[in-house]
Amino acid sequence: MNSKEILYNYCLRLGDDALILGQRLSELCSKGPILEEDLAQTNIALDMIGRAQALFNYASEINGGKNTADDIAYRRPEFQYRNHLLVEQPNEDFAHVIARQLYISAFEVLFYGSLENSKDSILASIASKTIKEIKYHLQHASDWTVRLGDGTPESTFKMQRAINNLWMYTGELFEMDSIDDQLLKSGIGVDKSPLIEKWRKQIQATLSEATLTMPEEMFMQSGGKQGVHTEHMGHLLSEMQYLQRAYPDAKW
Amino acid sequence: MKNLHNDESFQKRIDANEHVEPRDYMPEGYRKHLIRQISQHAHSEVIGMQPEGNWITRAPSLRAKQILLAKIQDEGGHGLYLYSAAETLGVSREEMIEQLHSGKAKYSNIFNYPALNWADIGAIGWLVDGAAIVNQVSLQRTSYGPYSRAMIRICKEESFHQRQGYEIMCKMMAGTLEQKQMAQDAMNRWWWPALMMFGPHDSDSPHTGDAVKWKIKRESNDTLRQKFIDKTVQQAELIGLVIPDKDLKWNAQNGHYDHGTINWEEFFEVINGKGPCNKQRLEHHKKYHLEGEWVREAATAHKMKKIKRERHHLTH
Repeated sequence: MNSKEILYNYCLRLGDDALILGQRLSELCSKGPILEEDLAQTNIALDMIGRAQALFNYASEINGGKNTADDIAYRRPEFQYRNHLLVEQPNEDFAHVIARQLYISAFEVLFYGSLENSKDSILASIASKTIKEIKYHLQHASDWTVRLGDGTPESTFKMQRAINNLWMYTGELFEMDSIDDQLLKSGIGVDKSPLIEKWRKQIQATLSEATLTMPEEMFMQSGGKQGVHTEHMGHLLSEMQYLQRAYPDAKW
Repeated sequence: MKNLHNDESFQKRIDANEHVEPRDYMPEGYRKHLIRQISQHAHSEVIGMQPEGNWITRAPSLRAKQILLAKIQDEGGHGLYLYSAAETLGVSREEMIEQLHSGKAKYSNIFNYPALNWADIGAIGWLVDGAAIVNQVSLQRTSYGPYSRAMIRICKEESFHQRQGYEIMCKMMAGTLEQKQMAQDAMNRWWWPALMMFGPHDSDSPHTGDAVKWKIKRESNDTLRQKFIDKTVQQAELIGLVIPDKDLKWNAQNGHYDHGTINWEEFFEVINGKGPCNKQRLEHHKKYHLEGEWVREAATAHKMKKIKRERHHLTH
């Protein structure tokens, strides 16, 4: 891969996390436990889709306009999506929605905080816009983790279960591969290896306030960045891509 | 005797176009009428999230998805201010939701129709929000202060929604044959229900009397419906949509469009629970309300524990 292709792929990875999580969260509309929470979840979805749009616009520009942001979002086959497995996991219940958000937002605060210093000025500016939103997402997810963890016996059980169930998808967040290494060398990308300790501390602090326990060490799932997804992904995409695929000549 | 005196001075204030505020005296009938109307309005905003929410995950572009997400959020937000406005009259949100679930409180009949293709999202914004705005602009001058202020805020956002809805219809009508068919199909299904949103003809409307006297309602159903028709017909023609009413024609004598007969039989059947989605909409609301119970209980339990710990901390 040349340096353009590497940067293009990097934008897709970041954009896909935002797109796929945005898609998952948008499934929650009109299903919230209270109206305020319904609005909070669609608000986070909106932030995510907006971030995906910015990253795909940039990817499209890098690619010389050969494909538009919408082509990138809607017209790829499953194995070309580069998101982490965590974000495609289904909305099993409200506790899973919160645990997924806690894990990803705690990671993104660190990741985008570091990307703000990127030598690539467009990525840096996307990062500084998005970091404000991510801080709110993390606050929101942490508050709910504490409420549910330190709530009733039922909610403690459900929150701990969600924390445990999703734990195996967190290792992938910190993996470095050749794309990450090359962009780190050129001062554009983020070094994720040192983030893991800070991330664990943050999660540990929230869980202990929530009277929950850190999951035990376990084998971590991986593959999203190489396009090897979970079974959930195909269903998510077939719904998301429906109109673009069924009416390929239409403009929306 | 005292109440009679109060009722007279209340009516004098209304006649002088003064706003009534939550702590002011108001006749019981006025309070009841407002609770019924405002809670119905709030429930309509919330139930209306369902047909549109049905398309968020299938919205065909990033821009369309963002616009739709933002619109539905606005609607939920309107639901919130309207619930708060109703709460100023001494009813809690929980009670209002119970009344919705028991069928005692209604929501706008329009949401008992399904959103079947993407153009429905255009038609809902353009026709349904378009009809709602005509009504809400008139309600900005309603006599109850909190309701009037909520309407002023809501109208600003609704006019965006209407434009965005029309933009979807424009794009569809400028698109492929299948897109044009979707747009016309949506038009055919939403036109008549949108006209019915203004309620029965003035001669048959059971609530008009007191509501007009109290200036809760400022213009009649038929007047508002006519305003909506007059502004919408040309927008439809401009993009090549056919209005599914063969009797619709311009009346040069009175400067309005005449329309065909509205099928009130269907309207009353749908109001009485026999529309295509009545059961689905209500069951959806009940299901997720019930599913969220453990979350609400946890939030309350956590709050109580926190208060207890803080007290304990203060006293030791």
